[in-house]
Amino acid sequence: MHSLPALWVGQLPGPGPAAWSPWLVGLLIGLLVVAALYVSDRPIGASGAYAKVAGLIGKRVAPRHTARLPYYADNPPGIDWEVMLVLFVALGALLAAWHGGEVTGRWLPPLWEMRFGDSLGLRLLFAVGGGAVMAFGARMAGGCTSGHGISGALQLSVGSWIALICFFVGGIITAMIMFPGV
Amino acid sequence: MNTTSQATPRSPAAMLAQGAAFGLIFGFLLQKGGVAKYHILMGQLLLEDWTVAKVMFTAITVGGTGAYLLARMRVIKLHLKPTNYAANLVGGLIFGVGFALSGYCPGTGAAAFGQGNFDALAVMFGMMIGSWLYAESSGYLGRTVESHGKRGKLAMDQLLHVPRTIVLLALWIILIGAFLFR
Repeated sequence: MHSLPALWVGQLPGPGPAAWSPWLVGLLIGLLVVAALYVSDRPIGASGAYAKVAGLIGKRVAPRHTARLPYYADNPPGIDWEVMLVLFVALGALLAAWHGGEVTGRWLPPLWEMRFGDSLGLRLLFAVGGGAVMAFGARMAGGCTSGHGISGALQLSVGSWIALICFFVGGIITAMIMFPGV
Repeated sequence: MNTTSQATPRSPAAMLAQGAAFGLIFGFLLQKGGVAKYHILMGQLLLEDWTVAKVMFTAITVGGTGAYLLARMRVIKLHLKPTNYAANLVGGLIFGVGFALSGYCPGTGAAAFGQGNFDALAVMFGMMIGSWLYAESSGYLGRTVESHGKRGKLAMDQLLHVPRTIVLLALWIILIGAFLFR
């Protein structure tokens, strides 16, 4: 591991010239959440989809064991509205990236590479491990940056605001440890 | 008056199609907002780039106002996630740690994969593992950590004993202030 080149200190490149205004995107996402409540009677969320798919695999491998887990008794696995949402988030992002000439096609994000080098194994370790920790936390908290952070917070749910603040407290502390001196 | 006045039929197939449509738009907006990029998400956690905060706070304020008005007119139903102080707090902090370690969150991770960040696929795989691990421990966690501070559906205005319009007005003042002094 090496320290960051001076270039990166306080000089992250921003969203890029193809990006839309964050205020406009926020406004449209706010309207989209309301539209989802109207059309589908569902708040937009993402993390539950990963649990639904994990449960489907669990049901295949160990059906009786999976049925006994309290979480899956309350939240049956399956392909539902939220799973379709997450799958199509990837497609929508591909269309947007293609439209803006921003398709990346790479394994290592540049900022990661500048800090931690070009080891794919190290990145995958952080990606899989971090993803696991994040999903565990999302299930305990009852949602993620979308479900609590946007949909829950905009309904002014107290628990969603607590979760949202804690997402960033935990994230900021960890990020500062990972990137000291930035 | 019918309190659930949506005219849309919600057959299982229609729900899957609606989830896909909302996902497509959500993913498109996330990528256009720049929040599918590793350095934008980590930049927010390092307090160097404020794109994520701008998108989220605008979405919360606009969506919150729209959801409030439509719910008052009984056009939509709100879906507040239950407030569980201990679970929201501890789960939220754990989520934040995983968020920083992986560099993506559940929705933006799918969007990042869509735009061609292959490391996000490893994050999505990790999230399925983490969801499963949570399900395995859900019985124990439900009896211990998560049993504290259960408040059910609780909104900010109920907690603070002020009208909902005052809470929304405060959000608008912060948003307009942040926009004017950006």
